[in-house]
Parts: sequence; C-alpha cells; structure tokens
Amino acid sequence: MKILVPVKRVVDYNVKVRVKSDQSGMDIANVKMSMNPFDEIAIEEAVRLKEAGVATEIIAVSCGVAQCQETLRTAMAIGADRGYLVETDAELQPLAVAKLLKALADKEQPSLIILGKQAIDDDSNQTGQMLAAMLGWPQATFASKVVVADGKVSVTREVDGGLEILSLTLPAIITTDLRLNEPRYVTLPNIMKAKKKQLDNVKPADLGVDVAPRVKTIKVVEPAQRSAGIIVPDVATLVAKLKTEAKVI
Amino acid sequence: MTTLVIAEHDNVSLKGSTANTVTAAIQCGGDVHVLVAGSNCGAAAQAAAQLAGVAKVLVADAAYFADGLAENSAAQVVSIAAGYSHILAPATAYGKNISPRVAAILDVAQISEITKVISADTFERPIYAGNAIATVQSSDATKVITVRTTGFDAAATGGSAAVENIAVVADSGKSVFVSREVAKSDRPELTAAKIIVSGGRGMGSGENFKLLEPLADRLSAAMGASRAAVDAGYVPNDWQVGQTGKIVAPSLYIAIGISGAIQHLAGMKDSKTIVAINKDPEAPIFSVADYGIVGDLFEIVPALIKELG
Repeated sequence: MKILVPVKRVVDYNVKVRVKSDQSGMDIANVKMSMNPFDEIAIEEAVRLKEAGVATEIIAVSCGVAQCQETLRTAMAIGADRGYLVETDAELQPLAVAKLLKALADKEQPSLIILGKQAIDDDSNQTGQMLAAMLGWPQATFASKVVVADGKVSVTREVDGGLEILSLTLPAIITTDLRLNEPRYVTLPNIMKAKKKQLDNVKPADLGVDVAPRVKTIKVVEPAQRSAGIIVPDVATLVAKLKTEAKVI
Repeated sequence: MTTLVIAEHDNVSLKGSTANTVTAAIQCGGDVHVLVAGSNCGAAAQAAAQLAGVAKVLVADAAYFADGLAENSAAQVVSIAAGYSHILAPATAYGKNISPRVAAILDVAQISEITKVISADTFERPIYAGNAIATVQSSDATKVITVRTTGFDAAATGGSAAVENIAVVADSGKSVFVSREVAKSDRPELTAAKIIVSGGRGMGSGENFKLLEPLADRLSAAMGASRAAVDAGYVPNDWQVGQTGKIVAPSLYIAIGISGAIQHLAGMKDSKTIVAINKDPEAPIFSVADYGIVGDLFEIVPALIKELG
C-alpha cells in the first residue's frame, strides 16, 4: 500500500523567533528552517511501516516556496521514495493546504496519509482533520501507536486523561504525537541517494485549487511579559508570602 | 447571530472546558446554543442547561455518539450548522479532533485556540508556542473556532435553558472505538486544578516523584511534569504541561526541578502565581516565577511540606 506524508518547512525549533517591529508578522529572514518536528515523526512512521513490509511506497508532499524542496529531500533521505512540491509564494492556510493535499490524494490514491498533528509555527492543528473530512475518510489524531492489519489500522491516541484506541477502515488519516517514534538520524549516503529521487513540481492552479487566505492577520505582537518576582530565602518565607501576599493557599 | 458551542462531556457529566467555551461564545455576541452529542447523555445536557448565558441545549442522542468519534460528531454539527454565525469548541484533544472537520465540510477556515474575542470576526490567538500573539480577522460566513480554555473564565451556573432533542445523523461506520485507558487518580484534573505541583528532569527518577505526592495531597493539587520528565519516562504522557502538552493556568503553579524551557513556559506562564524551586539560580523558570527558592529540591520539598503542616 501507498502512504502519503505531507511535510512542512518551518523555522527550526531551536530558533527563538522575534516579532517584526512593524507588527506585520514574525521576523524569519535568514533564520534556519527545518522540517516540522511532528512531520519528521510522520515520515519515520511511514518508513517503519515500509520496513515492516506493510507499505510499498512512500510519497512526500510539501506545499510552499521553492525552498520546500530541501524539506522534501530530507523526507527522502529518511526514506520517502518520491515527492511532490506544490510550489507557490502565496501565504497558505490550513484549509488551502488540505485542498491541495486532497487533489494529490485523489490522484495518487494512498491507503494511508500520515501528518504531523500541528506545525510549530502557526500551531493550528487542523490540516489532517480537514483533509480527512474532505476525503470522507476516518481519522485518528494524536497517535502514539499505529498497527496496520487486514484493511484496518488500529491507532492508540493520546487524549486528555489517558489513551484511547480506535480502529479505522482504510483508507484513513493519522496525525502524529510526539511519542509515536524517534526519527532516525539522516546519514550522508542517504542524503546523496535522496538527491536522485523523483521530485515532481506542480502549481496550485494545476490542481485546480484556490488558495486565497480566509483569515487576515491584522497584527502580531509580543505577549505580555511576566516580570520576574523575588527569590525567597527559605520555605517559611515562601509559605508566608503565598498566604498573605499572593493569597493562593 | 447565534453561536453554537460543541459540548465536551462524558455523557454523565459536562467537562469544565465547555463552561469556558460558553464564556467565549457569549463574548461573540448573540444567543448561545450548546450541542450535546452523546449516548444517554441527559445528565450532561442538564449540566449544560444550567450554564448561565445558554439559551438552548440541543441533544443528539445515539449509541454511536458515546465515545466522541470525530466523524460522527462533526457530521452532527454540520447537519445543524446553517443556523449559526459561530461554531465554538474547546481547544482540548476532544474539540481539536472534531472542529477542523466541521470547518472543512463547511469550506471555511478554522481559527485555532483563541485567547480573546475582539469582535464578532476578530480574535487573538498565540502562535510560535506563545512567543507571539496574532490578531486575526475571518472573512468566512461561519466562524469555526477552538477556544483555549485558560483564556476565558468558566461560565457561572444558575441558568435554566430549554433542552431539546434533535434529529441525529447516521453512523459513519468508518471508525470504531475500541478501548480507553484513563489514568485513575483522586487528584483534580490537570487543566481544571486550582493548584498544580509539577516536576521536571531535576526530579531524577520516576520514584522521586513520590516525594511530591504529599505536597500535592496537602494542597489538593493536580500533578504535572515538564516534557523532559515525560520523555525520560518518569511519569505518564498525560502529565505533560507545555506547548505540545496541556496548557494550564491555575492560581498556583509550583515548578520543582524544572529549568523552564520555552515549550514548558508556553504551557503555564498564564498561571496566577508561579513558584519555582531549582538548584540553578540561572534557570529560566526564575524569570517567570513570582517566588523562587534556589536550592536542593530534595531538602526544600520536605521542608515545605512540614511548613504547610
């Protein structure tokens, strides 16, 4: 079976991004970009399913600027077989991305689409669920364990207060949580091999998708800073402060 | 203009997140209706009817709504969506699972995790793990929104809304609920607790977390942890407070052996009072703490328990 894995190029999780002084957005000029960490987990899971003989082909997709090719090459170095770049300089919001992915899913007919549960830039947590609804497929979000057997996939989900297991009829959508797996390190030979893998370039218009944003960002500001408090010398002072000053105990 | 709130519940009781979401709904203007889709969920519906500000509770009762499967819940919401200007769900695992499906079927954007309602079409939401706050405006006819519960007070009780049964959609049949493992605990739920005692990598082991139990007991607190402590296997996943875990805002948050990585701060910096106990005086946690004690937690925590009596 075929697995489709969308990957997003985002500011590297180690970079502390700052708000632009004109409040129009974040200053991401010249900062290190990487694959969204949850998407790396999604690729890793697909590769493990292939290594286990469950999957036959893994197709990575990235939507965005030309440099998303680098993200796709990383996905291929982890083990994706080929990739699609849906290239556009336009701002892409989750609804538009889900529509682009639906068009590719219609074309490629994968049995499983594995996505990261959220991107660490806009923290939306929407694309997987939206894609599932558009395709009319079942979904298991926030996955910490995936088992494929007999045309079904059993997924353990991380929910508030514990875990939940769902059984979905394939084709289906899975979104990854942090503890699903630990992605492997990419090796140099695999980076070299990835450069030779097939990468198709398409435009949103080729897929018949209108990507116009529905939500306008009016401004982006720094959050209200919490000022540091005081260091107290001992627990007696702490308890006294909590009782009389903060009045929280 | 009417707002629909998707209730989070377990059929017998309403989750606290629903009450916070109702407050956000009231701020959107217009009437507020609450949808309770469940199985034998009369008790949860009654609880929703008692929330002040709710005009009507709609009950969709069918066996296949028992476990909150996203496919069925979203289809039910869509079936009644035409009458609503806003559709709100709590930004919990439950709401985040359902709400984007609703938005996609309606072909509208979703606005995730709002922390403030500026006007009926303009909202504030954190991005980049809370390192920035974006003000966003939706041009869609229906606003589909998830609500960060810590951004809104819980709606008061004392209401008496009408409860009405509505027609139910068919079972999607594509997903089946198998089982649930809910951690059993006498302590309050993390996201609803007034006081949280949280441990980090500095605890050193899962065994050492037992040291925090008497403190949590004494304060009737929930217990939480940093991602480092969870990743190290000291405590279960659902204890994690942070950008990728739970977002909390208790009146008192006690961070013990937690250095204060950005991703942890993103999950707790809206707490009313923060106490930090750490041996490293340079730890970033002290930059957000109201009260800090620098020292060995294995000495300070027992002393603190003794001082509290």
